[in-house]
Amino acid sequence: MTVEHNTDAVALVVFTLLFVLVTGLGFVAARWRRGDLDHLHEWGLGGRRFGTVVTWFLLGGDLYTAYTFIAVPALVFGVGAQGFFALPYTIIVYPLVFIAVPRLWVVAHRRGYVTPADFVRGRFGSRPMATVVALTGLLATMPYIALQLVGIKVVLGAMGIHGDWPLIIAFAILAAYTYQSGLRAPALIAIVKDLLIYLTVLVAIIYIPSKLGGFGNIFDAAGKALPEKDPPGALIPGKTDAQWAYASLALGSAMALFLYPHALTGALSSQSANTVRRNAAILPAYSLVLGLIALFGYMTIAAGIKPASPNDAVPDLFLHYFPSWFAGVAFAAIAIGALVPAAVMSIAAANLFTRNIYREFFKPDATAREESSVAKIASLFVKVGALLFVIVLPTKYAIDLQLLGGVWILQTLPAVAIGLYTRWLDARAMLIGWAAGMAVGTWMAVDLEFKGSVYKVFGINAYEGLWALALDLAIAVVLTAILRAAHMGDSADETVDDDYEEIEPTGVEPLPATPEQARFRREGEPVTPPERSRD
Amino acid sequence: MEERRRPSRWWYALLVLPFVGLLYPPLYTRHDPELFGFPFFYWYQFLWVPVAALLTWTVYRALRR
Repeated sequence: MTVEHNTDAVALVVFTLLFVLVTGLGFVAARWRRGDLDHLHEWGLGGRRFGTVVTWFLLGGDLYTAYTFIAVPALVFGVGAQGFFALPYTIIVYPLVFIAVPRLWVVAHRRGYVTPADFVRGRFGSRPMATVVALTGLLATMPYIALQLVGIKVVLGAMGIHGDWPLIIAFAILAAYTYQSGLRAPALIAIVKDLLIYLTVLVAIIYIPSKLGGFGNIFDAAGKALPEKDPPGALIPGKTDAQWAYASLALGSAMALFLYPHALTGALSSQSANTVRRNAAILPAYSLVLGLIALFGYMTIAAGIKPASPNDAVPDLFLHYFPSWFAGVAFAAIAIGALVPAAVMSIAAANLFTRNIYREFFKPDATAREESSVAKIASLFVKVGALLFVIVLPTKYAIDLQLLGGVWILQTLPAVAIGLYTRWLDARAMLIGWAAGMAVGTWMAVDLEFKGSVYKVFGINAYEGLWALALDLAIAVVLTAILRAAHMGDSADETVDDDYEEIEPTGVEPLPATPEQARFRREGEPVTPPERSRD
Repeated sequence: MEERRRPSRWWYALLVLPFVGLLYPPLYTRHDPELFGFPFFYWYQFLWVPVAALLTWTVYRALRR
């Protein structure tokens, strides 16, 4: 059966009301936990003051994007179990976060770093490597923002609204309050968005299976229908190739997630390293929701719905089972769910541009005020770029590039993640490794014509990003060893061991020990950290 | 001043378990036993969500000084 996409007045009214509510919140957010928005760490990191609960909502809204809520069930609808790798991926990402991100938080706080490229610049004293990390971040983020627009487009289409104007209006509103309020806007909006998502999923996961005769029936129907698809899908990955693909996609995606600038922006805005650690334990609540949302793909199959495109699987399911007003709530949840990550991503991209391109190359002595106004304008340009992307080019390009973005961002792992633990790797060696990884990863994707993201090397069918990273790391290690053996190693490093140690791990800040430290807390300018007493 | 004893870094080893449990699919790519209509493949992975969260919380509590 096909579900008609008629213009639905009731759904549209509910949708619009919720959208207006959220817009108001976005503007009011500027006054929330008021700070001087003329500082980049206030505008672009919310003053590094978000506690455990706000960070949970912000990161939840930031990482589990609207596009995820459309694309994951679409993939499960299309290929079955293979699309379910999103669940192990979002489980194993948190132990990784728990181990690495608090360390980055501490050094970023101590040194006033706002972006991952700031850290690389300080740690390795290498302008080329920092620039490359910044550019990779920008390149990977842009198509990701564009995909959020695709998410909005899909739900608008389901309500019978077509054309580019509604998208342009939605993004203009988003741009205006991001400009004004910075990271505070998505943080506040994320709370509404997440409550709506939880409500929608709770209702759907109880009501729809009750109409379809329980989960047993749903899995049985999917198990029968999937092998008939072209290419055939499966309810459980059986072959060795499929299992390698499954595990490597989960691992590679998990390693990539917190290298994305928007994920780090969300994490660095929290008030302490322990806030990050606590969130690593409570964010999996969203993974549970994501896993349930993935199952909507099977419910669409079991209901016998034939969506025009896999992306319509979830909207069609909701239209078929929900009354108009609740479909409006659900679609608003998805559309608002697009605004939060789009805002954080554009802020992260703006931070990168301001700190690592503008200040690095054009205005090394930029004042705090100049930095924050450049960032505000950059966030506008990023959004206009993403909008043009979706309006001018076919959607497929955004999807293909986002896929590549994951492969690309993984190539910054040696500098950003390994750099947290050791200064051994040489910046020049990492630069060559990065270039090789980018080239090989991109080549693999092009060779597969973007039809999949796993590539067979040495008979092993694994995620392209991991193959590229293996090459990247191998080159970086071998070249570093050669450079060091030839006594040509580099050693510039503005950070010291103490920068990675928490002085007060309870999250309560001690009184400033020196006037410099007090000034640093107030203004976020990097200063030499005070010597710690070791008695 | 006497420094408080640093908790053992071995607690971090608990965080390896989710990787072992989830990154070797032959452990769970089977249909039976079912639970509430969910094939084993699905409920096994869902079960790891609270287990991994609990492990992370345990390590957090143990290492917090």
